[in-house]
Amino acid sequence: MSQPSNLPRWATLWLMPVLNLFAALLVSGLVITLIGEDPVECLQLMINGAFGYPEGIGYTLFYTTSFIFTGLAVAAAFHAGLFNIGGEGQMYLAGLGVTLVCLGLDFLPGWVVIPLALLASMVFGAAWAFIPGYLQAKRGSHIVVTTIMFNFIASALMTWLLVDKLIMPGSQTPATRLFAESAWIPMLHELAANLGIELPQTPLNATFFLALISLVVFYLMVWRSRWGYALRTVGLNEKAARYAGMPVSKVIIVAMCFSGALAGLAAVNELLGSTHRMNLAFTNGIGFVGIAVALMGRNHPFGILLSALLFGALTQGGLDLSFEKPAITHEMIILTQGLIILFCGALENLFQTPLALAFKQMTKR
Amino acid sequence: MAELAIELTGVNKYFGEVHANKNISFAVAKGSIHGIIGENGAGKSTLMSILYGYYQADSGSIRLNGQEVRIRNSHDAIARGIGMVHQHFMLVDTFTVLENIVLGAEQGVALKQSLLAARAHLATLNRDYGLQVDPDAIVGELGVGEQQRVEILKALYRGADVLILDEPTAVLTPQEADDLFRILGLLKAQGKTVLLITHKLREVLDITDAVTVMRAGEIVGNVVTAEVGKEDLADLMVGRKVNLQLDKTPATPGKTVLQVSNLSLTDARGVKLLDDVSFELREGEIVGIAGVSGNGQSELLEILSGMREASTGSVRYNGTELTTLPTREPKAAAYRRLGIAHVPEDRSREGLVKDFSTFENAILGYHDQPAIQRGLLFNRKAIIERCRRFISEFDVRPANAFRRSGLFSGGNQQKVILAREIDSDPQLMLIGQPTRGVDIGAIEFIHKRLMALRNAGKALLLVSVELDEILALSDRIIVMNAGRVSGELPAAQATATELGLLMGGHK
Repeated sequence: MSQPSNLPRWATLWLMPVLNLFAALLVSGLVITLIGEDPVECLQLMINGAFGYPEGIGYTLFYTTSFIFTGLAVAAAFHAGLFNIGGEGQMYLAGLGVTLVCLGLDFLPGWVVIPLALLASMVFGAAWAFIPGYLQAKRGSHIVVTTIMFNFIASALMTWLLVDKLIMPGSQTPATRLFAESAWIPMLHELAANLGIELPQTPLNATFFLALISLVVFYLMVWRSRWGYALRTVGLNEKAARYAGMPVSKVIIVAMCFSGALAGLAAVNELLGSTHRMNLAFTNGIGFVGIAVALMGRNHPFGILLSALLFGALTQGGLDLSFEKPAITHEMIILTQGLIILFCGALENLFQTPLALAFKQMTKR
Repeated sequence: MAELAIELTGVNKYFGEVHANKNISFAVAKGSIHGIIGENGAGKSTLMSILYGYYQADSGSIRLNGQEVRIRNSHDAIARGIGMVHQHFMLVDTFTVLENIVLGAEQGVALKQSLLAARAHLATLNRDYGLQVDPDAIVGELGVGEQQRVEILKALYRGADVLILDEPTAVLTPQEADDLFRILGLLKAQGKTVLLITHKLREVLDITDAVTVMRAGEIVGNVVTAEVGKEDLADLMVGRKVNLQLDKTPATPGKTVLQVSNLSLTDARGVKLLDDVSFELREGEIVGIAGVSGNGQSELLEILSGMREASTGSVRYNGTELTTLPTREPKAAAYRRLGIAHVPEDRSREGLVKDFSTFENAILGYHDQPAIQRGLLFNRKAIIERCRRFISEFDVRPANAFRRSGLFSGGNQQKVILAREIDSDPQLMLIGQPTRGVDIGAIEFIHKRLMALRNAGKALLLVSVELDEILALSDRIIVMNAGRVSGELPAAQATATELGLLMGGHK
């Protein structure tokens, strides 16, 4: 028997995540103190690095873009009751789709190549998610296990392809040739320059707007359409879905494809928006951060927007911080991310009981 | 006055704004069976949770055997001799009875000593209270009634003098319930105190010594059972005059809607769940399927609603063969489109999604209807309007279309499901356990609606383990035993005794 929550809705939705975040930062601060740095100064440096100057903001939003996609990917599967840990691999394969289109067709104009590349990213991402989805729906193979394994397969496959097949002839680094400029998605500072506004040069590009649109489309699809209705019914109560005559296996498979397609779009942001070539490490854990983003954003687009922004800021601010403070390494930033995931995900309800007590005291008076 | 086992004075409990228990005061005599009745949501469970230490009362006092106590958690409760048998059993299915009983009460490092001691103790308990439970049986393989006895044993093993049973008969067949009452009688004879929470009037009248009636968080009556009748209790519970008698006009059956012939179902292990079942159902009649739960009724409903495939046999609906219906969508969807509505037996697990808002559950199964689409999206306004209509027509309380379904009482959940299924204007209505876990006021209402459907010329197939319900509603009764039809008779000629014999397969 669980105690009915005595907390008002706004406290559960807003206060608790903020408290959790605060707790995570507090522990991070302790660790920073232990290695002999000043946590307050570090926090200031980090916030300043993420939001303090136009270039920082540009980078923050660039990272945010990818996190929105992978966060939505995790949320899409989650609403069908599936825990898709394979965003990283799906994004990796989506990168292959983008790359193949660009390497083969980038002599064509941008308005042909870019939509094709977008489509390819979604199709490849969806295809890589389809297999675990199919295995789950038809064979009962647990999605967590299969998607993790598919990350490894994707990684091995891509290493082989990049090292042996797609590598730029004559090069020693496992990366493709630079795509033709027609396939580049316009940077924000370029777009702004056309309007006569001067922005600093950052990798933030038009994919950011696609991410924002995806948030809205995601909301409409999941909560306002019969497709999303079936998705959520299957996720919350499979028996009720069967009772309602929903094709449960099909819903599961389609949900995984939807999830994979969303993860795939993150590859577009990286490849067509920033690097303009594929290299070995372009996914860089973005797929995994998506899990944290979805968890913290409570699988809702608005929450995902906020938490993607938080993780974007952490990434950018963290990088800036590690430039300023050599003692704070990249690992330190990962630690902070880990703590946030721990407090916001696993220890989500840590403050529920004390908060409920506090509210009770307050209402008594 | 006899010695008091429990005495509550001025107990209050709030959940946020909700005043779940208002100024509760009552006393239970030692060595008695005391009933606590009230509709769902009246505050019975909250009160018992306070006694068992799950919740703390916000004010008021509790006395056990004359001593004021504070029960902080269930360990406290057990230490003070209070045992609880939950509606949903707290047992490990893969453990033996003995292991389950020792679980949480082990002593020392090695388990063997505890088990040995427990075995001896258990034998005594088994004998004294006539529980007849095999200590080495695997719990998951036991029937529901036996599992419940394991729960009782568990409480007794921990030294309970006061036993709280939360809706103990909700999961039992009439026979199992009789067994339970016999055991409760023995417990009483040995000086134990039993608190029985229920909303079934008959069992309260049959076995309790005194009754506390609750309504909307308050106590509305403390009565001696021998001095009251069924109607008095019902009126107290609901707070108005309740008509337990249903007006049934003679049926005027029309053409055959459903023709089931030689239907069989064999599961993966080769067990025959349905064996050569044949019957027919006409317009304007209610056919009741009686039987002890687990004798094939559930499977029959699943097949007729398209959720499960039969092994052999035929189901004709208005002349169309359903078992071989060519369809690309799942059968449940196709059948529904043909006019077969289904109120499932397991309301909360099949009939609705507890985490959905009520307006979302109002379209479950009908979510593809063009009337509620607007382009690629739902026509949200139409859905909410439809739900509001259900709520007002079926008097769903609280009247809030946005409230999560899981927060409604069982009766109100059931009203939403019924409203949804009736609204589809079906020709054939399959109804499983329409009033299981539903309070009296709602039962009265639901029965009237079903009767009205029948009078409007619909064909209704009613599956219920409540004989009273079958007798009250049906025009014809089919009895099932071990997957077979063991008898069919007009309701007017049926008696509970005769049905009982057929249910047991003795005829």
